[in-house]
Amino acid sequence: MDTSVKFLSANRARYARRKLTNAVMLGLTGAATVLAIVPLIWITVYVTIQGSRFLNIEFFTQLPTPVGVPGGGVVNAIVGTGIVVAIACAIAIPVAIVGAFFAADHPNTPLGIAIRFGTDVLSGIPSIVMGIFAYTLIVLPQRRFSAFSAGVALAIIMLPLVLRTTEEMLKLVPRNLREGSLALGASNWKTSVQVLLPAALNGVVTGIMLAIARAAGEAAPMLFTAFGSTGLNTDLDQPTATLPHTIYIYAMSPFKDWQEKAWAAALILIVLVLGLNILARALTWWRARQMGLNY
Amino acid sequence: MRATTQSERLGMFTRALSSNTMQETAKGANVKMRVQNLDFYYGTFRAIADVTMDIPENRITAIIGSSGCGKSTLLRTFNRMGDLVAHTRVQGRVLLDGENIYDRNMDVVLVRRRVGMVFQRPNPFPKSTFDNVAYGPRLLGANGRELEQIVEQSLRDAALWDEVKDKLHESGLALSGGQQQRLCVARAIAVKPEVILMDEPCSALDPIATYKIEELMIQLRNDYTIVIVTHNMQQAARVSDFTAFMNMTLQRAGVLVEFGATKQVFTNPRQKETEDYITGRFG
Repeated sequence: MDTSVKFLSANRARYARRKLTNAVMLGLTGAATVLAIVPLIWITVYVTIQGSRFLNIEFFTQLPTPVGVPGGGVVNAIVGTGIVVAIACAIAIPVAIVGAFFAADHPNTPLGIAIRFGTDVLSGIPSIVMGIFAYTLIVLPQRRFSAFSAGVALAIIMLPLVLRTTEEMLKLVPRNLREGSLALGASNWKTSVQVLLPAALNGVVTGIMLAIARAAGEAAPMLFTAFGSTGLNTDLDQPTATLPHTIYIYAMSPFKDWQEKAWAAALILIVLVLGLNILARALTWWRARQMGLNY
Repeated sequence: MRATTQSERLGMFTRALSSNTMQETAKGANVKMRVQNLDFYYGTFRAIADVTMDIPENRITAIIGSSGCGKSTLLRTFNRMGDLVAHTRVQGRVLLDGENIYDRNMDVVLVRRRVGMVFQRPNPFPKSTFDNVAYGPRLLGANGRELEQIVEQSLRDAALWDEVKDKLHESGLALSGGQQQRLCVARAIAVKPEVILMDEPCSALDPIATYKIEELMIQLRNDYTIVIVTHNMQQAARVSDFTAFMNMTLQRAGVLVEFGATKQVFTNPRQKETEDYITGRFG
C-alpha cells in the first residue's frame, strides 16, 4: 500500500505530462480532420449557391445560346458527357475486370507483376497526356474530333483505377470460398466469374464509381478529343460537347452570362456524379443485404 | 491381458466404440484410394514424409494427430487442393481407383469432381441456399426440373431439407453455422463425388451441430468413401471405421505412425506413440 502511494506521487508529474500530450495530439488529429472536410463542404456549398441561382428546367433541355442571348441550356453537354463516359466504361470495365482476375490469381508471375506495375504507372500519368495519346491515335488518322476518341482517352484514365480496386477486392474474398468452388470441380474461370466476382462486387462497383467520377470531370483530354460542339450530337464519330469542357469554356470567357452558366453546369456535373454514386451504393447495399454479405 | 488393461484405461473410447456404428467390421472393403510413399513439400520444407496407406471404399477413415503434424496437408493432397498453394511439391503417388491423380494426363478439375471436400469453416457461397447446392450440378449442365430434383435430394441427404425448404431462395449465409456446414455437405454431394474429404468439419460447430454432422457421415458412408481429419479423438472413435495416427518427426515432417481398424487403434495400439497420444500422455 505504502509503496504504491509513493510510486504514484513520484510519477504524478509524468502522469500529468502524459495526459497533456494526449490532449494535444487528440486536438491535432481533430483539427486535421476538420481541415480535410472543409474543402469538400466549401466547394459543395459554394457551387450549390452559385449554380442554383441560374439553374432552371430550360438549362437541362435547351441548347446553348450565343453570348448575350438569354435562356438556353447545356443539354448537348449533358448528353455528350453521358455518351463519352458510356464509351469509356464499355472499353475500360471489361478489360480492367478480366485483367484484375489474372493479376489477383497470378500475383507473382511476370505478367501479374507487369500488370500491377503498369497500372500503377498509368494512374500517375497526367490526364492531358491521355488526351494527346487519343488525339494521335484516333483524331489525327480520322482527321476529325469525335466522341469516340474522347471515350478512349477516358477509358485509359479509368482502366488502372478499376483494375487495381477490383484486384484488391478479389484478394479480400476469403480464400475458402475460392477453394470451395474449386473443390466442386469448377475451373478457375468459373470460380472467378461465379463466386469471386459476386462476392467482391460491392467493392468493384465502388471502384467503378470512383473511376467514373474521375473520368466525367476531366476537361483536359476533351480539348483534343471531344473538342466541343454547340449542337446536340449523338453520333460517336462527331465532335461532342461535354460538361467539363463546357464549364472550362464558359468560365474562361469574359462574358458574365456565360460565367454564370459555368456555375450552373458545374452544379449539374456534381449532382450527376453524386446521384450515380448514391444509386450504385443503394443497389449494392440492397444486393448485399439480399445475399447476407458482411465483408 | 494387455488389451484388457488398456481398454480399462480407455473406457471413454470403448464406450463409444460399442455403439452400433462400429459393429460392421471393415474387412473385405475395396481399396478406393491408395497413397504410396507420399512426400509433400512447402518450398524446401518437407511437411509430409513417406506416407503409405489405403483408403477403403464406403468406409469412414479418420486421420488424427496433434496440431501441425500434417493431417490437413495430407488430406488436401487427396484432391490436389495442395496445388493451390505456391511453391508446393508432391512426390509419390495417390491412386484413385488405381489411377495416379498426380499423373501428367490427369485433369485436376475431374479429380476434384470425383473427390469432393468439406472444409473446416462452413464456406457457403454468397448465394441463395438453392444456388449453393445447384452450383456444382450446373457446372455439369443440369437445369430445370432435373436440377430442382438434385438440389432437393442433396439437401435431404444432408438432413437439411426440412429446415430450409421454405427459404431455398434466401441467402445461404443466413443459416446457422451447423446448417451452413450441412449446406456445404449438400453442395459437395450434389455432384455425386466418389470420395468426400472432411477437414475438421465440426471444429467450428457446437455439440448439437457436431452430432448432426456425425450422424450424417454415418448415413453417407453407404454411398461414399469418407476421409475425415479431426482433432477430436472421441469423434474419430465414434464415427470412423479406420484410423490413421500421424505424428511429427524432429524435423517437423508429418509421418504416419499407425493405421488400422479404429477399434484396434484405440484399444490395442501397436505403437507406443499412438498409445501415448490417445491416452492423453502425449508430449
